[in-house]
Amino acid sequence: MSVLVLAEHNGQQLNASVYQAIGAAQTWAASVDLLIVGKATEALAQQAASIAGVQRVLSVDAAHLEHLLAEDVANIVVGIASNYQVILAAHSSFSRNILPRVAALLDVAMIADVLQIKGDNTYTRSIYAGSVHAMVQSIDTIQVLTVHASNFTVAAQGGNAEIVPLAAPDATTKTRWLSEEHSHSDRPALSSAKVVISGGRSLGSAEKFEQLLSPLADKLGAALGATRAAVDAGYAPNELQVGQTGVVVAPNLYFAIGISGAIQHLYGMKDSKVVIAINQDPDAPIFQVADYGLVADLFEAVPEITDSIASK
Amino acid sequence: MKLLVAVKRVVDYNIKVHVKKDGSDVDIAGVKMGANPFDENAIEEALRLKEKGLVSEIVAVSIGSAANQDVLRHALAMGVDRSILIETDSLLQPLGVAKLLKAVVELEKPALILLGKQAIDSDAGQTGQMLAALLAYGQGTFVSSITIENSEVIVTREVDGGTETLAITLPAVLTADLRLNEPRFVKLPNLMMARKKPIQTITVTELGVDITPHLNLISVSEPPARKPGIKVSSVQELLQKLNDVGGITL
Repeated sequence: MSVLVLAEHNGQQLNASVYQAIGAAQTWAASVDLLIVGKATEALAQQAASIAGVQRVLSVDAAHLEHLLAEDVANIVVGIASNYQVILAAHSSFSRNILPRVAALLDVAMIADVLQIKGDNTYTRSIYAGSVHAMVQSIDTIQVLTVHASNFTVAAQGGNAEIVPLAAPDATTKTRWLSEEHSHSDRPALSSAKVVISGGRSLGSAEKFEQLLSPLADKLGAALGATRAAVDAGYAPNELQVGQTGVVVAPNLYFAIGISGAIQHLYGMKDSKVVIAINQDPDAPIFQVADYGLVADLFEAVPEITDSIASK
Repeated sequence: MKLLVAVKRVVDYNIKVHVKKDGSDVDIAGVKMGANPFDENAIEEALRLKEKGLVSEIVAVSIGSAANQDVLRHALAMGVDRSILIETDSLLQPLGVAKLLKAVVELEKPALILLGKQAIDSDAGQTGQMLAALLAYGQGTFVSSITIENSEVIVTREVDGGTETLAITLPAVLTADLRLNEPRFVKLPNLMMARKKPIQTITVTELGVDITPHLNLISVSEPPARKPGIKVSSVQELLQKLNDVGGITL
């Protein structure tokens, strides 16, 4: 049998989660193909070919694929789907946009954000913002799924896959890409950072969010995150949102600063290795998931931590 | 132009659900239910497009048992013009729901279909994309702004690391993110009036759609809890603990 992994990339580099998606694909005793769709994909294909356990890198390279539209990518995946029993990708806004479209075109269910692959078409996934785990079994002959990347082993380097160019179908006429805005930050990507410092509504303003958290993030080489409440209040841009509807993170160290701990937020960070919570309210639910909790005034405690840490 | 908005009835977002003792499913008997929050954003945006004169009629559709009338009444009270209940007691999954919505689209022929980007119970986040696929329409998912210009809808999408702007030919399917808008509160007189408005009921059989689930639920469980941590009394103690676990070098 064969598994197809859809690769997410930024044009230059494969996302770190691609390696975990391949790790998930290796759960099946099957050959694994990696699909790369984009413009000028040669370097990406080379990078992918060296991942251990990848049989073939399928490269679809066309000018109109510089900015990927769900309509186009879904057509490409559906075009080769009959060669595979499993089609998967790491769970992200990229795969969540495309794979449900693929599943519907194949008339199969999609299993979103899989935590565990159990065999026999059975999977564990979370529902109700992670407060319940459900085990489901698919009846479909092609399994389409996204995987919770941090739960899976990172595929090793050292492969030597064959690179197979595939022709791109015509571009969709339904949708046109106009523009994109990415925050330019020297900080590591939130989804793969080793240290994440997140702030909640208690920070009080965008200025205080920046003043209090940035120096600490700079010293620790950390990514900044935020709760939905902080994003809605305008303290932080939307792409920093950690939680059920934002980014899911699993760093070595997670600082929850002025965060009460709504279940929707916990969903996004409870896989962190060590969680530190600083909050003025001793009854805040965040303390139930924190390894180390400090009941203190943020505006005193955080600068004290920052000052105590030697610059990296 | 006509706009169709889909509304799912879910457990209220403030409630922490528990699993049944036998682990067969979640226990939601007697639990407070309401419209899926993301679907409320979709309704609100539909109303704003109508208030701008870009939409002439808004039809709300919900799928499920007769109990779903409450979320349709809520949509009517918010200001939608008509509502349709596709009545069924069968288990619903995104693919089946997308097929039912497609059948409604074929009857109603809306130029734009708005849904929430995901439901807060099953967290699947698939129905909009699946509906767009089945209709062969363009899709705009996780949208935080919508404008209509001539025969296109211009949307800003929230993606990992930023935003993306697309132009999609109408008819199109869009899924709403929470930051699209702040849904209005329903005023009591509107709620009273909504009680008098008719809800059109259609059965799954009448639509002739196969909604057999493709996923069987084997069991549910509470996830393993993180082991409880400790409270430290000072920043210095916190830093000492972090040093001990090797989290950060001081």
